[in-house]
Amino acid sequence: MANLQFDLVSPERRLASVEASEVQIPGSDGDMTAMAGHAPAITTLRPGVLRVTHGGGSDEYVVFGGFAEITADSVSVLAEQALPKSEVTQEIYDRMVVEAKEAYGKAQETFKNEPGPVDDAAKLLSDMVAIGGHIGLTPRP
Amino acid sequence: MPSLKDLKNRIASVKSTRKITKAMQMVAAAKLRRAQDAAEASRPYTERFNAVMAGLAASVGGSESAPKLLSGTGRDKVHLLVVMTAERGLCGGFNGNIAKLAKTHARDLLAAGKTVKILTVGKKGRDALRRDLGAHFVGHVDLTEVKRVGYADAQGIAKDVLTRFDAEEFDVATMFFARFENVVVQHPTAQQIIPAKFEQADDAAATLYDYEPGEEEILADLLPRGVATAIFSALLENAASEQGARMSAMDNATRNAGEMIDKLTIEFNRSRQAVITNELIEIISGAEAL
Repeated sequence: MANLQFDLVSPERRLASVEASEVQIPGSDGDMTAMAGHAPAITTLRPGVLRVTHGGGSDEYVVFGGFAEITADSVSVLAEQALPKSEVTQEIYDRMVVEAKEAYGKAQETFKNEPGPVDDAAKLLSDMVAIGGHIGLTPRP
Repeated sequence: MPSLKDLKNRIASVKSTRKITKAMQMVAAAKLRRAQDAAEASRPYTERFNAVMAGLAASVGGSESAPKLLSGTGRDKVHLLVVMTAERGLCGGFNGNIAKLAKTHARDLLAAGKTVKILTVGKKGRDALRRDLGAHFVGHVDLTEVKRVGYADAQGIAKDVLTRFDAEEFDVATMFFARFENVVVQHPTAQQIIPAKFEQADDAAATLYDYEPGEEEILADLLPRGVATAIFSALLENAASEQGARMSAMDNATRNAGEMIDKLTIEFNRSRQAVITNELIEIISGAEAL
């Protein structure tokens, strides 16, 4: 089966550049899996787990925001912040959840009559909590 | 004419100065290496990002509902200048050149009747601009504690700038920094960040993408990140330029100190010889008088 070139870059470093058979992307409108021959697409990301399957097994990365560019033979993920799953510790995770909670609280205060930003912040928070389920961490109360 | 003792002291002091500048040069060389690596590591992200943004901007830019960050506020009255310099001196003309460029720019804008606001990043630029343009300062970002510029720092600055933009405090934002060419050459550069400008790649129209969610939502999501990305790469360029400038400045200083030591040593030897000759004359004339 044909492979595609997978690149994961964050502003500070290039995390991965491998030949992959499939890439599972946490798109903001839902998860999607890209394989070779996918129609060209650009999607924004929600915080979530990105899974790459290649010849030697599969790797998982936790990404927070950014976007993915998919073409027939390549997938480039430009994440604002990304970490290999093994590097996400309880502390980092807790900080992320606390930040999302704060943003939610702030949005509730500033945009009392506009549901849009509040919903966005609530979704961000629930995405953050959901990541914990995927990587085996639970937010501290 | 300085005494032998004075000369000896001066030689010793210039020698220790040379040691310090030599050490600073080597530290700068090591830091430059790291700064260049960091700039290198961020390049794939920036390039891809700009390519995608250019494509998006080209297809959405014309419409009336285009985000303000791209199309501008429609006015050209208030300009925000983001002046990025180093936190430390002793790096040749680095800080001065950036400040000079910003100053010229600000003067042109003021002469054209625009309002100028200045946000400084880095202490040295602030000091250099305070006398002439201190009244225009609206904020300052302190990076003294930051050892290595991270994306989070850029995000902080971007947030500051974007909050001001949302509050309609300015119409156009331009940042000033030095683009790193090589160790000897750094170009002070002005780059407009709001409204955003993207260089159109030649083959941008070649691929038609599906956008998920819609083009405009993606653009609205990415434009603020674009500001952070632009600021981040400017910070990295600046960090590399600063170290490069310091390296060559310290190299010059070391060489000057070497020349000075040679000169002083010759002077020292001459006066020592003069002292000896004097003593000899005294002895000889004393002996002749007998």
